Amino acid sequence: MTLLDVQDLSVMFTQRGREDVRAVDGVSFDVSAGEVVGLVGESGCGKSVTSLALMGLLPEKGVKVSGRADFDGTNLLGVDQRTMRDLRGRELGMIFQDPLSSLNPVVAIGKQVTEVLARHRGLSGDAAAKEAEHLLDRVGIPDPRRRLKEYPHQLSGGMRQRALIAMAVACRPRLLIADEPTTALDVTIQAQILELLKELVHQDGTALIMITHDLGVVAGLCDRINVLYAGRVVESAARRPLFAEPTHPYTRGLLGSIPRLDSVRGEPLNPIPGSVRDLLPWVEGCAFAPRCERVIEACVEAPPALIGGSHQYRCVNPVLGRSAGPEHLLEQE
Amino acid sequence: MTAMAPVEPTAETTSALVEVKDLKVHFPITKGILFDRVIGHVKAVDGVSFSIRQGQTYGLVGESGCGKSTLGRALLHLTPPTAGSVHFAGVDLTSLTREQLRAQRKRMQMIFQDPMSSLDPRQNVESILSEGLKAHGIGADRDERRELISKTLDEVGLPRWALSRYPHEFSGGQRQRIGIARALVLSPDLIVADEPVSALDVSIQAQVINLLDELQTSLNLTYLVIAHDLAVVRHISDVVGVMYLGALVEEAQSDDLYRKPLHPYTKALMSAVPVPDPVVEETRQRILLTGDLPSPANPPSGCRFRTRCPWAQERCAQERPELRLIDGHKVACHFAEDLADVH
Repeated sequence: MTLLDVQDLSVMFTQRGREDVRAVDGVSFDVSAGEVVGLVGESGCGKSVTSLALMGLLPEKGVKVSGRADFDGTNLLGVDQRTMRDLRGRELGMIFQDPLSSLNPVVAIGKQVTEVLARHRGLSGDAAAKEAEHLLDRVGIPDPRRRLKEYPHQLSGGMRQRALIAMAVACRPRLLIADEPTTALDVTIQAQILELLKELVHQDGTALIMITHDLGVVAGLCDRINVLYAGRVVESAARRPLFAEPTHPYTRGLLGSIPRLDSVRGEPLNPIPGSVRDLLPWVEGCAFAPRCERVIEACVEAPPALIGGSHQYRCVNPVLGRSAGPEHLLEQE
Repeated sequence: MTAMAPVEPTAETTSALVEVKDLKVHFPITKGILFDRVIGHVKAVDGVSFSIRQGQTYGLVGESGCGKSTLGRALLHLTPPTAGSVHFAGVDLTSLTREQLRAQRKRMQMIFQDPMSSLDPRQNVESILSEGLKAHGIGADRDERRELISKTLDEVGLPRWALSRYPHEFSGGQRQRIGIARALVLSPDLIVADEPVSALDVSIQAQVINLLDELQTSLNLTYLVIAHDLAVVRHISDVVGVMYLGALVEEAQSDDLYRKPLHPYTKALMSAVPVPDPVVEETRQRILLTGDLPSPANPPSGCRFRTRCPWAQERCAQERPELRLIDGHKVACHFAEDLADVH
C-alpha cells in the first residue's frame, strides 16, 4: 500500500531582481511501507531540496512549493507548521549527511535523544533514559549508558551517524528520509550503516527514501530508483531493470563513467562531457541535450515527457535494449 | 617498536624514481599553560617503506586518519619527517639544505583535493600559474611565461581565454584542471595527487581521471595518488599500497590486489565498497568490521588491525607483523597464508 504519494512536486527559489530558479520541476514518485526508494543524481539535481520540501524544512520566504505529497491521506505540502511539527519525529524521520553539524555540540547525546521521546511519546526521567539506552543499543552503539552522557565531539563519525539514526527512529516513524547518510563516512563504516538501515526497513516495515549520488549504494539497497537531472526525474525503474537496461543517456553515461572495482582495468572511462548548467533549460528542450551524445533535433524543440510503463524515461531518443554491461545481469533476471 | 624491514633493492626497484625508507612522522601532543610539556606522540606515519618506478602510478588507499595524506606531504618534505629517508631520483632529500630542497621541488608537484580552496580567489589563472615559474626563475619575461602557460592550458584542455579569468568563473571540473595545470607548468617528474577527484561529481570525476591518464602517457609522469576511493585508485594505479593506522598493511600490483587481497583489512575494505550492480550486490559476502579506527596516539600493541580483525589471535597482540612477500604481494599479517582462501 502506498504510504507517500508525491505528485508533480515543484520548488522555485525567488529573489527580487533575479530570475526564478526552479530547483525541483514536477517530480512524482511514491513509496510503500517496507520499500526503499532511491533518488539519485549529482549536485544540483534537486534531490536534497525534494526531501526538505517533503519535511517542511524549506524557509517560507523566497520559496514557492507546489504539487501534492499525500502521506496516508494528509497532504504534507498543505499542512500548517503545528501539524508538521507533530508529524516530524513521530511519523517522519530524517537522517542528514553530516552528523556533526546536525547534532547540537553543547548538549549531551542522551539529552538530544530523550528530547524526541519527551516531545512525541511523553516519556520523561528514568523511562526516557532507559528507552534512549535501548535505542542506542539497537543502532549498535557499544556501552550505550556511558555514551548517553557524552557530547557529539567525543563520538567518532560512525557513532554520530548511529546516534542520529537512533533519534530519527526513536518514535518508529513510518517514513524515513536519508539524505546522503553515508557520504561523510569511510567505506567500512558506510557498510555498517547501510546494513543497519536495511535491518530497520526489514524489521519495522519502515518506508525509506534514500537520497544519494552513489549508484553503488543504490544497487545494494533500493527497490525502485529515480534518477534526477536538473530538477526532473529522467528515469524511473525497479533496481534490476535500471542497471540492466539503462534507457536515458544520462543514466547510461553515469554508469559508464564510474570506475568499478570488478571491471577490467586499462580501459579509459567514458565520461559525460561538459557539466550541469546553472539555469535549468527544461523550457527550451531537454536539459541534458548540451551534454548528450545522442542529441537530435527533437531534443531541443520541446521538453520531453516521462513515458513508459513500469520503466519510465524522459527522452525522445532513448537507448533501447540491453546495456553492454556484464552478461550475468541479463541471465539472472 | 620494531621497524619494518626496508625493501631490498631488486631488479624491480632499481629504476625507482622515489624510494621511501622507514619513514616516520610523529606529531607531539603537548599540554601545559606556560611551558608546553610533550605528553605523547601521534604516530601519523610509523615506519613506511615503498618505491615508485619512473612513469608508474603508485596508489595509496586507506580510510580517514590512516596517515596517507601526511605520508604524501612528508614525501615532498612539506611536513618534516621524524625519521627515515626519501630518495628522489637518487638524491636523499633529508640531506639537502633548504635552498637545495627548493630547487628540487620544481620536479615534484602536488595536486590538492578541493580546487576551490587551493586556488586564490583573487588571482586570475595567469597569475596563479606564473607564480611557480617566477619562483623558480623559469621564463625570461612575461611573454615567455605566457607562452609556457598557454601550452599547459592546452594540455589540460582549458581554452586560452582562461588566462584572464578568476577561479569562481569555472566549474568544479575546470577548477581541478587549473590545479593540474599549476602542477604541470613546471614540467615536474613526480606529481603527488591528494584526493584529486573526491570533491567532484561522478560524471566529472571520469573526465579528470582520463586527463591524468593521458598526461602520464604523453609527458612520462610519475604519480603518487592518494585517495580513499578504492575503485578510483585501482583504476589509475599500477601498484597499490593499503595503509592502516600509519603503516602499510599490504602492497601489490593493482590487479592482483583486487583479485586476491591477502590482508584481512584489505579483504574487508574490498568487500565494503559498493558496486553499481544489483546482482553483484545481492550475492557478495560482506566482511563487516566492528568498531572504529583506534587512536593513532595510542595504537594497539602488536598488529594494529587486531582490535577490528575477525581473525585476530593471541600472537597478533604480542608481535607486530612485518611486510612479507607472499604470492607477489607484500603483506603484514602473521596468518596471511592461512587466510588466503577466506573471503
